[in-house]
Amino acid sequence: MAKIIIYPPTSLILADLVERMGHKSLVAPEAVRDRVTNPEIKSPPLNITPEDPKKGLKYAAVDVPSGVRGRMALIGPLIEEADAGIVLNDPGILTGCAGCNRTNELVRLLIKTKGIPVLDLIYPQDEAEARKFVARIKAFLEGLK
Amino acid sequence: MRITKYIITSPESETLPSDIAMRIYGSKRNINVKETCFGIIINGEEEEVADLVKEIRAMDPTGIFIKDRGFPPGDPRRCRGRRGGGARPGYYMIESESKLLPLISRALASEEKASPGPKDTETILKKRPISIKKLDEIVKEEIS
Repeated sequence: MAKIIIYPPTSLILADLVERMGHKSLVAPEAVRDRVTNPEIKSPPLNITPEDPKKGLKYAAVDVPSGVRGRMALIGPLIEEADAGIVLNDPGILTGCAGCNRTNELVRLLIKTKGIPVLDLIYPQDEAEARKFVARIKAFLEGLK
Repeated sequence: MRITKYIITSPESETLPSDIAMRIYGSKRNINVKETCFGIIINGEEEEVADLVKEIRAMDPTGIFIKDRGFPPGDPRRCRGRRGGGARPGYYMIESESKLLPLISRALASEEKASPGPKDTETILKKRPISIKKLDEIVKEEIS
């Protein structure tokens, strides 16, 4: 079982397909859960502590907006943990989930420069494309076993 | 550790969120269930949720999609009832992806047909007619 970083990190379709095919998907809600369900809430409401933007500094310079560093504090460690990645390139849908296009660009860059196997895809628009989409993900994940 | 998951049904699936909720209530597991317009949210201990996810997937293997959620159901930091209405953050991603779920469901179904699982392969092999050569040998053995 490999750890797969998916982009967008909140994608329902990718998270489901990865788990369905027997691998572990590294997703943003997991990182969020660690913070918001921690009984020791040090920094309400979301428990983002001053340490988090410092962690983000590892991925983005100090002159980059603090929101990027804050988001990278959640997503960055997931990228470090990953054995492989699946990236969806479709600007129409992607700015919403992570809420920041600069973070999205940085996440894509980090996944692609990490030196792990990466599958690049776009969202399918019709049935034939959807079949190819699922078949490519299946072949990619089977190749990792 | 308690975890939360979204269970989202494809718009074309014949399984309703209420069917899934009833199944969970019937299983008598210690799981919190919240029904929503697009599916259900479940919350429980990690091992229990993992078992339940397998059961739920079996209800409609190609029509039910599951993903993690960070916040527990009804959390005041996310619950729109307590934030004065409006869609909660993250809903837009589910909305945009749920439009594609019928396509993915059909693709998964055709993928399953193209490469049947081990059980199906065994059945096909068992049901395959014997070769003419083998039949000829059996006939000769029986006659002699």
